[in-house]
Amino acid sequence: MANPSVAQDTQVLLAEREAPVEERLNEILSSYQGKEEELIPILQQVQQIFGYLPEPAMKRIARFLKLPESTVFGVGTFYAQFKLVPSGRNIVKVCRGTACHVRGAASILGEVEKQLGIKSGESTPDLEYSLEAIACFGSCALAPVIVIGNNVYGRMTPTKVKEVLANVGGER
Amino acid sequence: MSFTDIQKRAITEWETLQNSETPRILVGAATCGRAAGAEAVLAAVDKELRRRNIDAIVIQVGCIGLCYAEPLVDIIKPGRPRICYGNVTPEIIAQLIEDYLVKDNPRPDLALGTIGDGVVDGIPNLFQLPVLKSQVRIILRHCGFIDPTNINHYIACGGYGGLLKALGVKPEEIIEEIKRSGLRGRGGAGFPTGQKWDFCRKSPGEEKYIICNADEGDPGAFMNRSLLEGDPHSVLEGMLVGAYTIGAKEGYIYCRAEYPLALERLRLALRQMEQYKLIGNNILDSHFSFHLKIKEGAGAFVCGEETALMASIEGKRGMPRSRPPFPAVSGLWGKPTNINNVETWASVAAIMQEGANWYAGYGTEGSKGTKTFSLVGKVERTGLIEVPFGITMRQIIYEIGGGILKEKSFKGVQTGGPSGGCLPSDFLDTPVDYDSLTSAGSIMGSGGMIVMDEETCMVDIARFFLSFVQLESCGKCIPCRWGTKQMLDILEDIANGRGRPGDIELLQELAESVKDGSLCGLGQTAPNPVLTSIRYFRDEYKAHIEEKRCPALVCSALISYYIDPEKCQGCMICLRSCPAGAIKGGKRVVHVIDQDKCTKCGTCLSLCPPRFGAVVKTSGERPAIPEEPVPIGSASKTPSDQQ
Repeated sequence: MANPSVAQDTQVLLAEREAPVEERLNEILSSYQGKEEELIPILQQVQQIFGYLPEPAMKRIARFLKLPESTVFGVGTFYAQFKLVPSGRNIVKVCRGTACHVRGAASILGEVEKQLGIKSGESTPDLEYSLEAIACFGSCALAPVIVIGNNVYGRMTPTKVKEVLANVGGER
Repeated sequence: MSFTDIQKRAITEWETLQNSETPRILVGAATCGRAAGAEAVLAAVDKELRRRNIDAIVIQVGCIGLCYAEPLVDIIKPGRPRICYGNVTPEIIAQLIEDYLVKDNPRPDLALGTIGDGVVDGIPNLFQLPVLKSQVRIILRHCGFIDPTNINHYIACGGYGGLLKALGVKPEEIIEEIKRSGLRGRGGAGFPTGQKWDFCRKSPGEEKYIICNADEGDPGAFMNRSLLEGDPHSVLEGMLVGAYTIGAKEGYIYCRAEYPLALERLRLALRQMEQYKLIGNNILDSHFSFHLKIKEGAGAFVCGEETALMASIEGKRGMPRSRPPFPAVSGLWGKPTNINNVETWASVAAIMQEGANWYAGYGTEGSKGTKTFSLVGKVERTGLIEVPFGITMRQIIYEIGGGILKEKSFKGVQTGGPSGGCLPSDFLDTPVDYDSLTSAGSIMGSGGMIVMDEETCMVDIARFFLSFVQLESCGKCIPCRWGTKQMLDILEDIANGRGRPGDIELLQELAESVKDGSLCGLGQTAPNPVLTSIRYFRDEYKAHIEEKRCPALVCSALISYYIDPEKCQGCMICLRSCPAGAIKGGKRVVHVIDQDKCTKCGTCLSLCPPRFGAVVKTSGERPAIPEEPVPIGSASKTPSDQQ
């Protein structure tokens, strides 16, 4: 399904990812019973696979749980974890918790923004990177912290940001 | 297999390990250790052992709390005390394996200390060092010592013995025991746990629930994460005791998704409990049955509030509702529900194992036992600490924490996160307990303790917390939704030099309205950081408003960067690196910053070689500097332009 908030050149990438939505969705839903309490876990699993919550998937989930589409959309927009537009292959998360803040998170975020050429909440046009500012990862003793994929990088400096991003880019 | 057999087998396994003739290498591999590079160290250990064909047991343990020295590696040679090494890199561990394991030199220069009995020349006892001496480890007693992925380690150290004891007595007796221990809710509010359980137990209804709140959302706090990663079974044992006492057959752990390792540890722990019949139907062959589910949070700070958390478990938007009815009467799906924090549950396990009197022997009259804190911010030794109530802030910050980072001066300490307040140096000798912190205008909170120095701006901190709660406000009630927004707007103005006379009073008035009118704890406490910072740091607000000056040199709209013409050597380093192209000058010509172009990123200040130290940051004053670049040495007496 075309998503108007996504640039044209990413539509192709998206179409590739979305091709088997229906099929994969059925596979996910088959392990659930159809109770309302399963909504958040289902959305989490869908997002894990697709990287975001595609509109057709949310509609299908609403039918499966016998909930109004508005309820599913409401939950999907309430929680910070859920995204309605696709995110990049590498999600760079910059912690903005209190400990990171007093130890210079702003300059770390600024450096990541500069390196990736995008602002917090945006993705690069080639969908390689997304950038998010996150409340806290709980690695406060090593502040400031950034997280890329499942890796936590502590005691960051703007110079180390460059190195870390170069390494992530190099792994492609 | 009976539990006695399980215990016997676990103890045999544990003792075999302790008395092993093979050296052991323990690597602190909780999230914080990994962030500091523990995985690279683990890989190096593996590689080095294989290369040298050395037989050693490598165990990944949780966090001992000395996060400032991560990655941590402990080495235990047979018949020798355990030695803890800090700031270990792959190169250092390779060297240690050669020096200590092969050549028997324990390298005192690299060691932090020894743990347990026995002495090694030149290495102090770790627990006698200032960082650990005044700590009392009850909740964290296993963290860093046992393998958190091995239930036998927990059982061998007395684990599930508290449950066994509980199953042998009446629920009322357990409630009495918990009451006698003086345990109060560790999530922040400090409600007496025994009393809370009593309400829920007496609530009519067959179906009851218990919940573990592991949605540690306070930015700057990580006590719960460390505990779940380092000793998940202690939390689960506490929950079993609670479920049995209250009469709940089902329970949930609501853990935030930002803690993937904690979630992994919990899932594994539950599988191990199933194998030992510690969960499910007829636990330990008793009549007690209990089923536990893990719910992963989806990123909403408000879900730390109990009614919002329950809405989230039900699959709804995590929005709070008004109380009463309290969860003990009508909670999850309208059934009586008891909800406690991770640390409270773990304390229950310790109390049941060791007894209420023992537990109540620690702490103060009104606050019994111990409390974990994440000691972070501008302090030398950041980390996870556990102290008895009644200890002073000064002991925590200066003894345990080693004082302020880079020997700067102390300004304040924030407790209770966005719901708490920032206390100035007048409170350094105040005992840390629920009541003292409340009367000082802050709260105990869940245990985040963020130390701030002279380079921290209190207006900026107030703005930081308010922007956080404003973002996280669920929007259900107007005082919180709009009140925090209005307060944030005023703080933005003050920080950006647009503050007006009367702003402080307006902030205070709004703060009272938000406190009084908000539906849940998020809104009711959201103004606290603003109120305490006005109460204790009013002059700093005034400097921003009246003089358009930020004394801590933080608020970017109020600061300027200048190059001291007498110190500048015309080296071109800052000029070449300025991202805004705002620096004029040339080789051997004094550089000048064009104030209109400067974006105040601070790059010039960070790059100016320390031996020159020519870049200065100021607020509210303009030093004597030439307007245009001049040759080195000719600038000293150039008159400045009049402001």
